[in-house]
Amino acid sequence: MINLNEVIETNRMIEKQNFDVRTITMGISLLDCIDSDLQKLNEKIKEKILRKAEKLVATGEKISEEFGIPIVNKRISVTPIALIGGSACKTPEDFVTIAKTLDECAVKVGVNFIGGYSALVSKGMTPADELLIRSIPEALAVTERVCSSINVGSTKQGINMDAVRLMGQMVQEAAERTADRDGLGCAKLVIFCNAPDDNPFMAGAFHGVTEPDTVINVGVSGPGVVKSAVEECRGESFEVLCETIKKTAFKITRVGQLVAQEASRRLGVPFGICDLSLAPTPAIGDSVADILKEIGLEQAGAPGTTAALALLNDQVKKGGLMASSYVGGLSGAFIPVSEDQGMIEAVEAGALTLEKLEAMTCVCSVGLDMIAIPGDTSAATISGIIADEMALGMINQKTTAVRLIPAPGKKVGDNVEFGGLLGHAPIMPVNGFSCERFINRPGRIPAPVHSFKN
Amino acid sequence: MQQIKRSPIRTDPGAATRNEEESIMQKAIISVVGKDTVGIIAKVCTYLAENTCNILDISQTITGGYFNMMMITDTAASEKKFSEIQNDLKVIGEEIGVTVHVQREEIFDMMHRV
Repeated sequence: MINLNEVIETNRMIEKQNFDVRTITMGISLLDCIDSDLQKLNEKIKEKILRKAEKLVATGEKISEEFGIPIVNKRISVTPIALIGGSACKTPEDFVTIAKTLDECAVKVGVNFIGGYSALVSKGMTPADELLIRSIPEALAVTERVCSSINVGSTKQGINMDAVRLMGQMVQEAAERTADRDGLGCAKLVIFCNAPDDNPFMAGAFHGVTEPDTVINVGVSGPGVVKSAVEECRGESFEVLCETIKKTAFKITRVGQLVAQEASRRLGVPFGICDLSLAPTPAIGDSVADILKEIGLEQAGAPGTTAALALLNDQVKKGGLMASSYVGGLSGAFIPVSEDQGMIEAVEAGALTLEKLEAMTCVCSVGLDMIAIPGDTSAATISGIIADEMALGMINQKTTAVRLIPAPGKKVGDNVEFGGLLGHAPIMPVNGFSCERFINRPGRIPAPVHSFKN
Repeated sequence: MQQIKRSPIRTDPGAATRNEEESIMQKAIISVVGKDTVGIIAKVCTYLAENTCNILDISQTITGGYFNMMMITDTAASEKKFSEIQNDLKVIGEEIGVTVHVQREEIFDMMHRV
């Protein structure tokens, strides 16, 4: 039977160490909503989302109360809209109407984000894919809760450099269209390589075409819990350190699994996966960078950071894998800059650069995340940064992503403020040498040799 | 002692009737944390007795003047809803200056048992 110390330990994690379940995300397929009439399409989408997600928020809150565990976000992901709108949308403006419908649904059911304003273009773009991509700046400017993600590369298919070039321009435009809010539009736009179909985390969540009609995916969190556990093993060997992280990850993930099963049962929707990510927030004590510091670095970004992060990420996976019946999504440690107080401090102290962050993304999920760069960075340079990150994902057979914010009118030394979970960030310097001739080459980068496993 | 647990996976949501629910235990963990004072356990136990909640296990410790107590209870026979028991005990806790949490057992079971 459960004993007093176990109860105290669990409740201390929740009350003192910011332990929470970060998100319950309901994936909803919109494939059965496809219609060649735009108005009918929008009506069908609205009807289906409202019907399926009607009880999502209330159920999440009930579970949270009964178990005494905060469930911070309730969210929805839908089938990539480029597939859904392909038949009805003839212009980017047509796609924007769907974004507005999604936003309206999100407000009605009370979720804070809805993901899936997406296109999967790793090998090529259909006319619909391109229309959707070109509509992104407008869609993100006129909606509040819609998140967009574009998959431009994969290990199996290589990198679609035409899409990379276009996305550089779209990132820049999305920032300009939301210049009054420091380029907030870009905080809702992710460019992926090897995007998972079942990711519950925003802004990159979409409901893949291989998924069932509806599904419940849960993202756990708990950097504060891991940090507190690591504090207990100062000066100990790597063996003790790794075992400690692994055990802690197991405990955290078990709660995610419980919440996922309960949500699935109560909503009558199949359980998809638990995502094992350590997702930081701007709150003090909820930082992945602080774990790295506790492992033994003066600041995140110091020599040794990549190794420490690799160790952390691997132990989180090892502990989490046994704790959940199905693991998926991004699963690993997130290293967003603006959403992690320790990362912000590291950048401000001059310890953490864009190049070091790029190295760190080789060993963790998910990529260059929530990084503010000068507003005058050229579209080609943004595309160059995207291409580098996609190459890391493609060659290493892992998911990588880019979420950059070229903050309009801001330069190195300035700050951007997004508020809430999105946090604030110092503008980071970008290498000023040009990659324009490289980015302007048309076509795609072929799939790497190790993709041919058949 | 044999533990009877509600299965966390039931594929037919809402299908359990009141009678079915009553036939199985509904275990809740009540934890009390706060400055030690006279009558904490008495207050909580009185409430539980009045509301037909059976106490299955109880343990407590006092460290540095701080009181930590945990009870495993079965609330299946109670007329009150789980959320009502949670709220009532929260209010009782506030009256005597301690924090009372009522949580379903599964969260602890999942976290600490393989």
